[in-house]
Amino acid sequence: MNYKRIKEKIYKWIFTVLAFSSLFFLVGIMIVLFKEGTPIFKDVGFFKFLFGSKWYPTYEPPDFGILPLILGSIWVTAGAIIVCVPLGVGSALYLNELAGFRQRQFLKPIIELLASIPSVVYGFFGMVIVTPFLQKTFNLPTGLTALNASLILGLMATPTVCSIAEDALSYVPRSFREASFAVGANRWQTLTRVVIPAAGSGISTAIILGMSRAIGETMTVLMVAGGAGVIPKTFLDPVRPMTSAIAAEMGEAPMGGDHYHALFAIALILFLITFVFNIIAEIISRRFRIKLGLSG
Amino acid sequence: MDSNIKMRADKVNFFYGSTQALKSVNINIFKNQVTALIGPSGCGKSTFIRLFNRMNELVVNTRLTGKIYIDSQDINLLCIDAVDIRRRVGMVFQKPNPFPKSIFDNIAYGLRVNGIKDKNFIEERVIQTLKKAALWDEVKCRLKESALGLSGGQQQRLCIARCLAVETEVILFDEPCASLDPISTGKIEELILELKKDYTIVIVTHNMQQAARVSDFTGFFLLGELIEFGKTSDIFTAPKDKRTEAYITGRFG
Repeated sequence: MNYKRIKEKIYKWIFTVLAFSSLFFLVGIMIVLFKEGTPIFKDVGFFKFLFGSKWYPTYEPPDFGILPLILGSIWVTAGAIIVCVPLGVGSALYLNELAGFRQRQFLKPIIELLASIPSVVYGFFGMVIVTPFLQKTFNLPTGLTALNASLILGLMATPTVCSIAEDALSYVPRSFREASFAVGANRWQTLTRVVIPAAGSGISTAIILGMSRAIGETMTVLMVAGGAGVIPKTFLDPVRPMTSAIAAEMGEAPMGGDHYHALFAIALILFLITFVFNIIAEIISRRFRIKLGLSG
Repeated sequence: MDSNIKMRADKVNFFYGSTQALKSVNINIFKNQVTALIGPSGCGKSTFIRLFNRMNELVVNTRLTGKIYIDSQDINLLCIDAVDIRRRVGMVFQKPNPFPKSIFDNIAYGLRVNGIKDKNFIEERVIQTLKKAALWDEVKCRLKESALGLSGGQQQRLCIARCLAVETEVILFDEPCASLDPISTGKIEELILELKKDYTIVIVTHNMQQAARVSDFTGFFLLGELIEFGKTSDIFTAPKDKRTEAYITGRFG
């Protein structure tokens, strides 16, 4: 075999290995999560673990009920959605439908820049600016609450939502708009009855990916959510979402102990949630492309 | 003005940025007649018909000088809403562009955006226009199915039906058969001849046989200028301009 062919084969192998490495890591992470997380289900019981309302991992005897943590995650994610959907979808609509060429060239990179700010900076912003503001406005003992986390997470998810929603809107063929205008529809009718329905599943994908961004975020919620592992009653209660429980407690949990396994089990559940979100988003966006006659 | 004239362009110049696409075009479009506009690609004929329903406004950085009249009314006056013009002047595009909605909703769309809510009325009108567009027999059992499942020719007739539903006075056809097979093309041409009774029709086409078959008047465009305009029979048998003759005999284009 000549030298050139060997060289080509080597290149091919290198890139094959690189391409498959992410699959390898994904499977590796899943194996570790399952191996380290499942023992707690044996000790505590799966349903007691999932729906137990008390999270006191260091008490004697300890309580490993993660319902308060799950609810904490759900509350801040739901709150974040309330913030990022109008902001993200609204700015996407503006960028795509109303902004002139120059405005778009200027605004889109700025919105995308929001995504490149490190989460610790967002957390810092939440602690220093939002916390005292909430404390004063609502007369609270602490401003570190689910509301605070929701606001910051919503802001963080906005660029994701905006950028994907904007892509979805720009995939709507110009011919649809022209057809609509040609039968005498005005701009608003064209937007609400043709463009948004046509881009609808793309926009849903954007929202789901925004949710998955919010539910997986750690540093920010660790800093601003308040960290109380109890079931929240209002948005003004401090919460301890799943991610912040893992991050805060992993350092102290004795390796191989129940607490350690419990944290892995939380990570496993979190992983499954985001995994499902991403699969749903993928299915919807595939349907969207087929519906618009783009490649499946 | 002659009452047989439905639309008129008066010294129309049109610019995309700094490129001049139309140069001082004057034309009369006669009522209940089919006017064909022919000419090589990029000669400005599509740009030109899009002036009659103010479609070019949707393109950024364009400029129009001169006047466009419909029923001797200047349609570009500030007080006139483009939406009202488009309700009077319908358009069928080069590529069939049904909405990703059901066949029924595609046609009902135009009625609904024009504020019609009466369900019975909408239903009747949908059926009536589908019949008029010679599509009813092919789709009557699948009105609730997506319009994207229709063939190209059926989609184009659906787009014509969509246009008919709003009861415009004029229909602009922008190369309506460019992406269709000969049989579908034949159906569309028959339809155009049929529609002539109730509508004023302008059709842009690359196909000179098509222009000869369907039109009463023909205009020949070249590089943004209207070179020659007249009765179709005259243009095709005795063109006055050398360039028109060269084009219709296939020497360029």
